[in-house]
Amino acid sequence: MKKMKFSPAILLIAMLASATTAQAADIIGTITLKGAPPAEIPITPLMDNPDCAAMHKTTPTTHFYVVGPKGELADVVVSLKGVTGKSTGASAPPAVLDQKGCLYEPQILAIQTGQKLVVKNSDQCIHNVHCTPAVAGNEEHNDAQMAGGADLTYTFPQPEMFLKFKCDVHPWMFAWVSVIDSPYYCISDTAGKFVIKNVPPGKYTVAADHRKLGSQTQDVEVKDSDATVNFTFEVK
Amino acid sequence: MGRRLDADFDMNANAQNYNPWLYRFVVVTAAATFLLLGLGGLVTSHEAGMSVPDWPTSYGYNMFALPIKFWKGGAFFEHTHRLLASAVGLMTTMLAVWLWFRDSRKWMRWLGVLAFVLVALQGVLGGLRVTLHMDQLGIVHGALAQLFFVLICALALFTSRWWNISVAAVCDRRANSVTGATVTDRRYKTLRGLVLFTTILIFVQLILGATMRHQHAGLAIPDFPAAYKALWPDTSAAAVARYNADRIEVISENPITAFQIVLQMVHRIVAAVILVLVAVCAWRAWVVGAPGTAPARIGDGLKNAETVLGAPVYRRISLFWLVLIAGQIALGAWTVWSNKAADVATAHVLVGALSLATGALWCAIAFRESVAAFQDRRTEDRRSPDVAALGAHTALAANK
Repeated sequence: MKKMKFSPAILLIAMLASATTAQAADIIGTITLKGAPPAEIPITPLMDNPDCAAMHKTTPTTHFYVVGPKGELADVVVSLKGVTGKSTGASAPPAVLDQKGCLYEPQILAIQTGQKLVVKNSDQCIHNVHCTPAVAGNEEHNDAQMAGGADLTYTFPQPEMFLKFKCDVHPWMFAWVSVIDSPYYCISDTAGKFVIKNVPPGKYTVAADHRKLGSQTQDVEVKDSDATVNFTFEVK
Repeated sequence: MGRRLDADFDMNANAQNYNPWLYRFVVVTAAATFLLLGLGGLVTSHEAGMSVPDWPTSYGYNMFALPIKFWKGGAFFEHTHRLLASAVGLMTTMLAVWLWFRDSRKWMRWLGVLAFVLVALQGVLGGLRVTLHMDQLGIVHGALAQLFFVLICALALFTSRWWNISVAAVCDRRANSVTGATVTDRRYKTLRGLVLFTTILIFVQLILGATMRHQHAGLAIPDFPAAYKALWPDTSAAAVARYNADRIEVISENPITAFQIVLQMVHRIVAAVILVLVAVCAWRAWVVGAPGTAPARIGDGLKNAETVLGAPVYRRISLFWLVLIAGQIALGAWTVWSNKAADVATAHVLVGALSLATGALWCAIAFRESVAAFQDRRTEDRRSPDVAALGAHTALAANK
């Protein structure tokens, strides 16, 4: 039986790699809402449009506040404040924004700077995809998209929170895309939970942004294990 | 100067200027322009200004060949607005040519040219607003539309039988039979100045309204006559954040700002001021009256300007204006109470346009009185022995 020989260099590389992987951790947490948010309202203009009404059995409502039975708050964009220049958007898979039933899906989306955003039209009617950035360097676009037409692709080089997408043919259609300059972000789910994955060790300021409720921050330190930070928004 | 005035006030010349078909064409153009204003108002009220991203094509098609299947949603308002704008542009061009070759009044010919330039500029502004994604151009486009409508209404007045054939009555009047006022009377001058000032203020109010509408933020203040349940709303950062958190809007999703709240408050205050001013104008019109309300000595077949409508013109105009402004304030309140319903908000735009046009036409009529008074004074001066002693040859030279 031959003895296996290990090069010292290979051993050193393996030890360093395992050490690096072991130090990255997640930032996890829960976001809740205290108080009763304003009631959502039916999107009646949608049902006045025959093309759009045909795709719905009941009148859809707005959903600015997606809140669970115990106050779990969804659609909060959680990111690391002040972490810039770390974007991997250029190599990241494209994010997808779809138009279904004359509504944008999802309504709240987050991408990286330089990451492709693919806008689809799954409806049998024309839409115009109109984004209106507020940050210099992000270009405004307004493009017609026919039923069954080709996907539209956009990228945004500058970070911006809640960049608005809308359709002017169907003026109730909105989506808000947050552009983050790093891969460290996520959006809280319907259980109010969020996970920012693979955050290198260090001290960070975690920002939680809700489109209606504003922004909150908390400091956290990431070491070898997951760091937990919770947010509570309040309706005043 | 003398020749220009004489051409306007020569009875024979004015009789020739009246062309019933021209007048009817101008009235139709004014009606089409009013309809175009309404369509433009609907475009903004439905947030549809950018629904057709290209111009002068529409979704890549020739604008006049867009398939009907695309005439839906916001695109219906935007596309029909473009089509009607093209029709109004064509009508204005025809009007300008007609005036240039058929109207003996030089100033009328140039007003026709001005109308053509304005409508062309409007078309370009509307197109650039879309292609350059500039909301600010939408405000300019809206304000210029109002001015264009006023110009077309003025052309309708200047081509009307009433204006042309009643000229002799204007020139021939000497005194107001009720009050003895003449155009040089200070009370009349005060009324004239008040009408002009109020008209200008109405235009400023229209610009305020256009600025509010093009914020695309819905109602900055959701209640009326209170403002967030107060006489003057809290516009602190915390309060505005609270307002935005509480707002649930369907189509106007820009957050509101303190500036927009203050803008609406200014709009409300100016509306109240306009109502008072128009009421004062109406009161003075009834008290002071128009110069020469007594029947004038005019040629056979002509009707007295002041009695052709059965009542003094100024009184009718002033009452109409007052009713318009009162209706406009009611529409403004209804716009708030209906959460800016598109049809109500558009009606508010249209009545605003009528208010501006009414004031402007009253100014034109009042200005004509002043021109007539100037003409009369020059005639009296030429008859004066003092003037003759000073230099009769100068007076004679001025009359050539």
